[in-house]
Amino acid sequence: MRAGGGFGLGLAFFLIVVVLVPFGVGPQSALLSTIAPGILWLGALLACLLSLDRILALDWEDGSLDLLATSPLPMEGIVSVKALAHWLTTGLPLVLAAPVLGILLNLPAPGFGWLVVSLALGTPALSVIGTFGAALTVGLKRGGLLLSLLVLPLYMPTLIFGAEVARRGAEGMALGTPLALLAGITCGTIALLPFASAAVLRVNLR
Amino acid sequence: MVLSVSDLSVARGGIPVLEGVSLRLGPGEALVLRGPNGIGKTTMLRTVAGLQPPLSGAIEAAPESLVYAGHADGIKATLTVEENLSFWAQVFGSKDVSAAVDAFDLDPLRRRPAGALSAGQKRRLGLARLLVTGRTIWVLDEPTVSLDVDAVAMFAGAVRAHLAEGGAALIATHIDLRIPEARIFDLAPYRAAPLGLDDFDGAFL
Repeated sequence: MRAGGGFGLGLAFFLIVVVLVPFGVGPQSALLSTIAPGILWLGALLACLLSLDRILALDWEDGSLDLLATSPLPMEGIVSVKALAHWLTTGLPLVLAAPVLGILLNLPAPGFGWLVVSLALGTPALSVIGTFGAALTVGLKRGGLLLSLLVLPLYMPTLIFGAEVARRGAEGMALGTPLALLAGITCGTIALLPFASAAVLRVNLR
Repeated sequence: MVLSVSDLSVARGGIPVLEGVSLRLGPGEALVLRGPNGIGKTTMLRTVAGLQPPLSGAIEAAPESLVYAGHADGIKATLTVEENLSFWAQVFGSKDVSAAVDAFDLDPLRRRPAGALSAGQKRRLGLARLLVTGRTIWVLDEPTVSLDVDAVAMFAGAVRAHLAEGGAALIATHIDLRIPEARIFDLAPYRAAPLGLDDFDGAFL
């Protein structure tokens, strides 16, 4: 990670967004605890988005992507490892930092565990989908905005079910269904999207 | 026969640049591609390396026998010279990088971050990568850019050693490499005929 992937950048962004929300909303702890799960999830999602264009862009610029494509490694494996690396440097720190930031938003006590669970289950999908978006836009000059526009709609199901798990957890309601759906989305994207990313990358390298 | 290209046509950006190229490369042989700028040397090498599909024609080579080196060296600036080489050695499943380090006189630079190397030193590191891959066919695009006379001789020595071990090399270059084994292959006669402008698809190219 010495390669300048911007480790900690997403985390710092997450921190600032979550700290800014109480200033914007005002000191109403009841309102804050209602919106806390949604804000935390949205913050995590945007923080994740911030570092997506670095997943493949650096390797494209220095030519390693061409060389990796002609190496014995399968392209599907390369994009999977890229997604894993993104998750380890961005998703995992967000998962670990979220409970601390939950305190700032007056998250109800039962919600902390479920917030961590929902983020731990959901952020891998964000990284895998983001790698797909990065593969789509690799080689485009200033493709960052396009990448965000492409990826954000794909993030919607994960956001809906992830925030739902965190909200229901905070209010002490039954959350089996959204939890299963969230896990299903993550498993599905991890299983299928690397093939799509690899195919797109092969086309983009031409 | 390690590499056989028959009746190959290639396109860059949808426009055909070369057509009807046929060449054969046996063990211990090197072929130097010549031709003016824009003739399609890079496109052809990328096609041979499998990075893009040919318009028509066939490329036959043993699976997993090619290694490609393009204009960019694929060097990570924050890793040291040795770490860069070790990474590629791991990718290609080999262990030892010392032969590659010695061949391109990189020993004094081993522990230096690759970002602190000069352009010529970076290129030497990029070429040293070829040795750690252990692949038979080297497909090289302008390998001598930014190399000085000594380094070009170093490179020629590495290619000759590779050929002596039964390897093969396909090299696009403009300078004389001083490799006596190498044959010259001029691409100029294979320039593709321009597309007819009444072609509907042509309007979008």
